[in-house]
Amino acid sequence: MEYQITWFVLWGILWTAYFMTDGFDLGVGMLYNLLGKDDTEKRAIIRSIGPVWDGNEVWLVTAGGATFAAFPATYALMFSYLYSALLIILFGLIIRGVALEFRGKIESAGWKRSWDAAIFAGSFVPAFLFGVAFGNIFQGLPMDARGYHGSLFSLLNPYGLLTGALFVLLFSVHGGLWLALRTGGELSKKAASTAAQAWRALALVAVIFLIYTAFATRLYDNFLRSPLWFIVPAAAVCGLIAARFFLARSDASRAFLASCIAIVTVTLTGIVGLYPNLVPSSLDPAFSLTAFNSSSSIYTLRIMTVVAVIFVPIVIAYQAWVYRVFRHGVTTNGPAVEGY
Amino acid sequence: MDTVTLSRIQFAMTAGFHFIFVPLTLGLSLLVAWMETLYVRTGDELYLRMTKFWGKLFLINFVVGVVTGITLEFQFGMNWAEYSKYVGDIFGVPLAIEATVAFFLESVFIGLWIFGWDRVSKKVHCLSIWIVALAGNLSALWILIANGWMQHPVGYVLRNGRAEMVDFWAVLTNSYGWLKFGHTIVAGYVVGAFFVMAVSAYHILRKQHLAFFKRSFRMAATFALASAVLVVVIGDFHGAEAGRVQPAKLAAMEALWDTREGVPFYLILIPDTKNERNSVEAFGIPKIVSFLAYRDWDAELKGLKEFPEKDRPPVMPVFVSFRVMVGLGFLFIGLAFVAWYLARKDRLESSPLFLRIMLYAVPLPYIAAQLGWIVAEMGRQPWIVYGVLRTSEGVSRSIEPSQVMASLVGFGFFYSFLGILDIYLLARFAGKGPDDTGVAY
Repeated sequence: MEYQITWFVLWGILWTAYFMTDGFDLGVGMLYNLLGKDDTEKRAIIRSIGPVWDGNEVWLVTAGGATFAAFPATYALMFSYLYSALLIILFGLIIRGVALEFRGKIESAGWKRSWDAAIFAGSFVPAFLFGVAFGNIFQGLPMDARGYHGSLFSLLNPYGLLTGALFVLLFSVHGGLWLALRTGGELSKKAASTAAQAWRALALVAVIFLIYTAFATRLYDNFLRSPLWFIVPAAAVCGLIAARFFLARSDASRAFLASCIAIVTVTLTGIVGLYPNLVPSSLDPAFSLTAFNSSSSIYTLRIMTVVAVIFVPIVIAYQAWVYRVFRHGVTTNGPAVEGY
Repeated sequence: MDTVTLSRIQFAMTAGFHFIFVPLTLGLSLLVAWMETLYVRTGDELYLRMTKFWGKLFLINFVVGVVTGITLEFQFGMNWAEYSKYVGDIFGVPLAIEATVAFFLESVFIGLWIFGWDRVSKKVHCLSIWIVALAGNLSALWILIANGWMQHPVGYVLRNGRAEMVDFWAVLTNSYGWLKFGHTIVAGYVVGAFFVMAVSAYHILRKQHLAFFKRSFRMAATFALASAVLVVVIGDFHGAEAGRVQPAKLAAMEALWDTREGVPFYLILIPDTKNERNSVEAFGIPKIVSFLAYRDWDAELKGLKEFPEKDRPPVMPVFVSFRVMVGLGFLFIGLAFVAWYLARKDRLESSPLFLRIMLYAVPLPYIAAQLGWIVAEMGRQPWIVYGVLRTSEGVSRSIEPSQVMASLVGFGFFYSFLGILDIYLLARFAGKGPDDTGVAY
């Protein structure tokens, strides 16, 4: 029992860590063409996420690996049911990683323009589809004893699309704030004002999302049962408002921190609401995949717990250290890193 | 075609493509780390330029290896859901550990290495490439422990309708995984060393940047010789273990149809799979196969006919791949030895023919590595977990053949595009030589 609950919590934390970290570099990728007016600015934008995006993405691989090890039945069914959506996410992430690395390698306008488009598409598509996927998980997937009854297109229902939009906007604001924090001069100012504009759209979508969630999902059931948990979505609302507040006072570092809190608590709201389900069935709760009916053996969960308790803090420590090394950010006339 | 066949083609293609980039990452990361260490210790600027030039080629290759790895982790669930459900209790563990203890290290410190030249001290910068190199090798260990379990399942019981782990230590110390790990990473070192020698040979032939490329060549030749010998030695032990654990695989590798003792090795052998015999067997070296498999000249080896046809791997591809791989393995020792000798005697410039051979030899270690995977994974068929679960039972039930066909075609185009692009960039920067990567990185 305890180990299954522990791993449900860890599962939630891993996804949260992924969205908090990769969220801003996906957001940066979405704003990249909008904000980078010339090659110098574009290179500065890439250099601002260059040292960290790869490490951020490993949270996704770890979340996937942990789902496999701790909840194999969920991993198997979720990944095979969402086959086409995951495939598109994969293509997006692949082309994005390659684009960030290859763009600066050849001094040709056409070469760079193609990769610029790839950076946008490879950031937007995964951000949007992660939202769509989680929106559908929040609602439950149409699955029963005979398997899965949905398709790529059935995922694109109103609530799924709304969650997709929510993710895109959350990450855009997050990315804009990152650029405001880590770049300088005109670029930083533009990023701040774009983040402020995106924030308005985000606030609207977030309000609709919070209301629509009451009708489209059963996420609030857990909260109504133990209202103390309402502190989590309340923190999300506070985080969003604080981000705008600090942005207005040109305090990019606090605004970014507030946006981190917002993403963490938005994700956790979903995780708390899902418990004990990892993927609910929209047809019959008997076929929901839960932390208890889809988990590994207690022996395996115990080993995984030991691994996680030892290594996750170490990972966080050295990743935080590398963030610190690059804390001074980049400038458009800063030290050259050839090829980036 | 059915979902199983399409999914198998897709997995083979995406794993094979991933493994074009991984071996060079494994080998080249160590060479670059070695170069940077020499720079830090001697202060010799030539080593710094070497670090930057080879480091740039390393990175062009590295990124494709990283991003195509995610595909494999996703695919177990996407295409092989029944397999994942059945064995996730065991197989998922090394994959999750790989991400947590190895992949994070590699990905975080590569960022520091690329962008940290003027942010951290020389020593810390050098340490970061060592961490990248060791983490890459550590990744391989966990992946091959997972793969080793598919080849030789240990430490589990069948319970609750699935395989459950009861002895993590047994999974962790599975000799199959460790031998395969040793064989695989050292094969990667051969790829890395031959790559450096080929690029160096190109420039030495053109008499440009001689000091730079002669020193690079010499370092790589030493590395190549040690690795080429090791890959064969470990491969011998690995092959012997595979033969004991999976006798059908060994029989396919040797095209042995009838059980017999003191099995000879035929230099020329043409299997006739239809009639379950060999149409040509010539130039036999007596008893050698028995000895290699069991360290006993007279040991009995099981022939393919001992196994019902539905339990046999496809003979022809396994047999041919194994033969060519072994032949290449010995060729690499020969080439590496000559390379090492000529570099030591400083006779490279006066050996244009040999340099040309080394230049065109660059695809061979890649081919050998791919063939090794064909032997290992096709030789395991028809099992996805040897003796426990058939490949046909492991495929996802919820996916349609049309869906997999679409993704397969998608991967085909997408990966071809990436592959061509990567080779183009590698060739371009390798051909340019070091001066363009001069001072500012």
